[in-house]
Order: sequence, then C-alpha cells, then structure tokens
Amino acid sequence: MHLHLYEAAVGAAAALALPAAIIGISGEPRGPSLHEVRPTVAIVETVLDYPLPGEFLAGGTPAAAPVENRAVPAFHVMKQQVSLADYGLCVADGACDPADAAPTGADVPVTGVSFLDAEAYARWYSKARGQTWRLPSAVEAAAAAAERFGGESFSAAADDAANPSVRWLRRYREEAAVKRPADPEPKPRGHYGPNTRGIEDFGGNVWEWTSTCYARTTLAADGSIESVTDNCGVHVLEGRHRAYMSNFVRDGKSGGCAVGTPPENLGFRLVRDEDSMIARARNWLRGAFRSAMADTV
Amino acid sequence: MFTRRQALLGAAAAAMLAAMPPLAAAANEAEVAALPREKVTLVAPPFVHAHEQVATSGPKVVEFTMPIVEKKVVIDDEGTEFQAMTFNGSMPGPMMVVHEGDYVELTLINLETNSMPHNIDFHAATGALGGGALTLINPGEQVKLRFKATRTGTFVYHCAPEGAMIPWHVVSGMSGTIMVLPRDGLKNEKGEPVRYDQAFYIGENDFYVPRDEDGNFKTYESHGDSYADTLEVMKGLIPTHVVFNGAKGALTGDNAMKLKVGETVLIVHSQANRDTRPHLIGGHGDYVWEEGKFANPPAKDLETWFIRGGSAGAALYTFLQPGVYAYVNHNLIEAVELGATAHFLVEGEWDDDLMKQVEAPGPIPVN
Repeated sequence: MHLHLYEAAVGAAAALALPAAIIGISGEPRGPSLHEVRPTVAIVETVLDYPLPGEFLAGGTPAAAPVENRAVPAFHVMKQQVSLADYGLCVADGACDPADAAPTGADVPVTGVSFLDAEAYARWYSKARGQTWRLPSAVEAAAAAAERFGGESFSAAADDAANPSVRWLRRYREEAAVKRPADPEPKPRGHYGPNTRGIEDFGGNVWEWTSTCYARTTLAADGSIESVTDNCGVHVLEGRHRAYMSNFVRDGKSGGCAVGTPPENLGFRLVRDEDSMIARARNWLRGAFRSAMADTV
Repeated sequence: MFTRRQALLGAAAAAMLAAMPPLAAAANEAEVAALPREKVTLVAPPFVHAHEQVATSGPKVVEFTMPIVEKKVVIDDEGTEFQAMTFNGSMPGPMMVVHEGDYVELTLINLETNSMPHNIDFHAATGALGGGALTLINPGEQVKLRFKATRTGTFVYHCAPEGAMIPWHVVSGMSGTIMVLPRDGLKNEKGEPVRYDQAFYIGENDFYVPRDEDGNFKTYESHGDSYADTLEVMKGLIPTHVVFNGAKGALTGDNAMKLKVGETVLIVHSQANRDTRPHLIGGHGDYVWEEGKFANPPAKDLETWFIRGGSAGAALYTFLQPGVYAYVNHNLIEAVELGATAHFLVEGEWDDDLMKQVEAPGPIPVN
C-alpha cells in the first residue's frame, strides 16, 4: 500500500517534470518555488470604455450591451497564464484537482480548468506567497488585454422587435462567417506574443476565467439600469471573444458561448492588488504632480 | 430457362459470378432494350439530383455511375482523421431517385487507387444479396448491375463484401439511399397527392475510432492498419462519433440547409447500421413514412420518428415559423456530444399567433 502511494507520488512528479526538491522531501513549506517568482506586469490606474458583460433587455427585446466609461484602480497581473507545471504544484500539494490536460514536457498554460479550479489555485498561491492573489474581474481583464480585448463580437440587439428570427439568423450567419478551423493544442507560453502592455498570450487559444458573474440586466427607456439578476453559477471568460460558462465547466466546447467558435481551452492568470504602501506613495506623487501642474496654471 | 443454373451458381460460388460473362436474361431483354434511357448525374448529399415527383412518362432505364473512393477524411472539430470508404466520394453515398417500374442500371467502379474489393447491396433490389453477389469488384475493375424498382419507398444501399468486412465497410462510410417514388407521386393517408419544394438527404454515420493510451483518437496510415483496433471498438457497440453526412457539423454553419416559411421539405434519413430517432426541434413531421415505404400511409404530426438500423425513412414538413432549427438524433447525448446535429435556416415572417414571448425574462416580482 505504502509502496503504491510512493509510486503514485513519483509518477505524478515525473509526469509534471518537477525537480524532486519541490515535492517537499525536506519538509519545507509547500507551494510555488519562491526562487521562481512569476513575472507580473503593473497596470496603472486607467479609465476605459467597457462593454458590460451579460444579456440586456430593453422594452422586452434583446439590446446591445451598454458601454460604460469605467475607472480601473491599479493592479498587478501575471505576465503569462498560469502554466500546467505551476498548476501541477498545487495538485501535488493536494490543494487543486488535476486539470483535464494532457501531460507534456512543454511549458504550456494550464487548460481544462474550471472557475472553481482557478479559485482553488488562487487560494493556494496566495497562501504560499503570503499575498492576496485572485482572478481579475472582467473589466480588469479588459484593462490588461488592452488592444487584444475581444468583448462581445456581434451585436446582441434585436434587429426586428416583431420577428426574433431575424436576429437569430443574423447571429448564426455571423458566427459561421468567422468560424476558424479548430486549433485546440495548447501552445508553449509566449507563442502568441505580448500585447502593448507586455502581457503575453491574451487572445490565443486559451480563454481566461474572470471573477465577474453573468448577469441579465433590464434597461429603462433612458438606457439606465432598471434591474439586474446576477447568476454567479456562471462566470465571464475573456479571450478572442467573450464567453459565459458554468463554474464547473472545464471544456470550452461543452459550455455556452456567446458567439463564434466555442473557446478552445479554458485557463486563467491571476492578479494582485497594488501593495498599499506603494499605492499610497504613488497617490502622493500623483497628488504632488497635480498640485505642481495646478501651480503652473 | 437459366433460372436453375443461376440459382445453383448463386448458392455455390456467388463471388465467382462476377468473373463470369453476363448471363442472358429472360425474354423481356428486348423489351428492356426498347425502353427509353436516362443518364443521371449524382450530387453529394444533403442535396438530391433533380427529379420528377410525378412521372410524366412510362418506365425507363435510369443509368447511374458511382466510383468507390477510399480516402482519409476529417470527421470532427478536433481534427480526427478517419480512413473512410465511400460511394462517389461522399458519406453517405448520393441518393438516387427513380420511379416504381423503372430499371436502375448502375455502373460501379472500384478505383485503381483503392486497396480493397467492394460491392453493393441494394435493399430495394430482389435477389443475389441485393446485388451484392453480382457486383464484387477489385481495385481497377468495374461492373454494371441492373435491377427493377418493384417496390416504392426509401431504401438503404451499402457495401457487403463478406464476413467481418461487411460491418467494417458500412461503418467506414459505405452506405446510401435510393428513393423509389410511386409513378403518381407521394400521397397522404387519404390518398391525396402531397408535394415537396425541396428534398434533403441526411445519412447518419456511427464511427468507431480507436484511442491511444492517453485517450486521444488514433490515426492510421491505411485502412488495413486501422482494421484490428477498429474492430475491437466496433465490438463494444458504443460509437465514438454519431454524425450526419460524414462529419460532426457537416450540415451546420455555411452548410446548414436553407428554406423559407411556407416551403415544404422532404427529409430522407438513413442509418445503415444502427437505430436512430430524428427530431426537428421546434418543428414536426407533418407526414412521416417511418419505415420509408410509400405503399403504407404516412403517420401524421410526429414529434420524433424511429429509423431502424438498416433502413431509410422519409418525413415531410412545411415550415411555419422562421428561425434556426436544429435537426437532431433525439438521443441528445449522441446529438450534442457525439455530433448528430444538423441545422435548418428558415427565413420569413414570425407568427405571433403560433408563439410569442408575452413577458421578457426579469426578476421574480416581490409582493
């Protein structure tokens, strides 16, 4: 029995191509190898036009997502998606369930993970590093993705209030027109290159979980929000286009997708709020800069 | 006169017959020779070659030519490659349409590039294993078979070479359908004529693709290489793919079938190997010949119809509402997970009387 357990542990380690030291033979606290800090990118406080996720109804018919001008506080985001090997550390530590991803020696992002898996990894990673790491909200994902942000690809608005089929047929044709050949094989990290913020692989073949719940919103006649029904059993994923998936779904093909080809793979990266001390310093500097500017006027 | 000799030979060495000179037929050969002949060019499913619904002339000899093509195809959205065997290059093979009393004259060609002997068994034909005993040909050979269409309906044809090769060739793609229409066209249960604006032919395939130790579908260099592993999966009777027209998604997206409100469609659905249960989501079967045989009155207003493995059925429906319709095998696991889904795109005016969203989704009111 013991021998079997030992073999299983060795097998898992071999599969993940981990150095034996990480498995905790020395009795060190487990968790990500601290000498291998995952690179992050600082996203400064920004303001962006952001199409709200979810479904919208106006006057009882589907409406286009309203675009809001949103301020996003500064945060840090992982430069790369969490890798299969990194995720494997959490699995080896008993804090994450194994991903539905084929073992490989390559440095690929973890795929075949649900929202719940991503949350579990964030908890484990935070504990191991003594910091608060979490999934980005959809608007943070938009801020980090910058020019690669996909959002909703096609208008959800009713084309003809009296004939819902016009919208259904238009959406169907639009989706068919952009359908690409499937390319589900995860690529080595960095394959899709960095965006202008230096964040890699956003908009590749791995869609990223966010902490934003799916919501159905009823709009009043003036466009203001009349009522919102959140469904936090479904979360928003951002990528080439926006997708909504049940929290337990690990395979993009099996979950619902707003438009186009369903997500080829589901993965994630984590964010961290700016350290409060640095934030205070930055705010102070900004304030000093503003008052200096004000002085010059 | 030759009947007895034919019977003996047929029983003794069916396969040898193919190599023998054609036997002179009975006295009506001259009559058949005097019939008008029509050469039909087959088209790839889901489309059906142009044909008369009501025959405007007497019986004729309808000539078809079909090459048998062994080729590698992709059968799903994961890029799974499959060693297919096809009639005319498509899965299913093309649908042939004749009228009762016509003679079907098929030239079957086994391309030189193929690797295996093939033949054809027409469920619509009488004798010689449906023609299978008279059509076994090697790569580089061709054969010409004639049979009289004596019974009306939709009938499967398939390859049936011998023994274990039979199911393998069929689940590798070698099946199709022939529709024998009554000379005066289709009729409802009261004997009144019914017509269709367009006919579509949907052939359902069950595939049995072996997996490697990681659970990924295996690809093979040749049909022969795939045989032993495939046979093992086949014997488990659980298909890895259940698809329409040879591939998951073959009848969706750009290839979805297009119609207008008010148009009537005849959907012919075949399954050469396994039972299935077509269902048009949001629509019905106005008239359905479940067994596919037009001498029987059609069933009316069906929600789902049953197609026995080894048969083809026909459903007639007039679209009443526009939209995107999914046409599925209503074993929904097979429809969604294994691939048995097609789409109809129907344009036209929405009918509020048939359906209306009285109240849009919103929060549950609190009293």
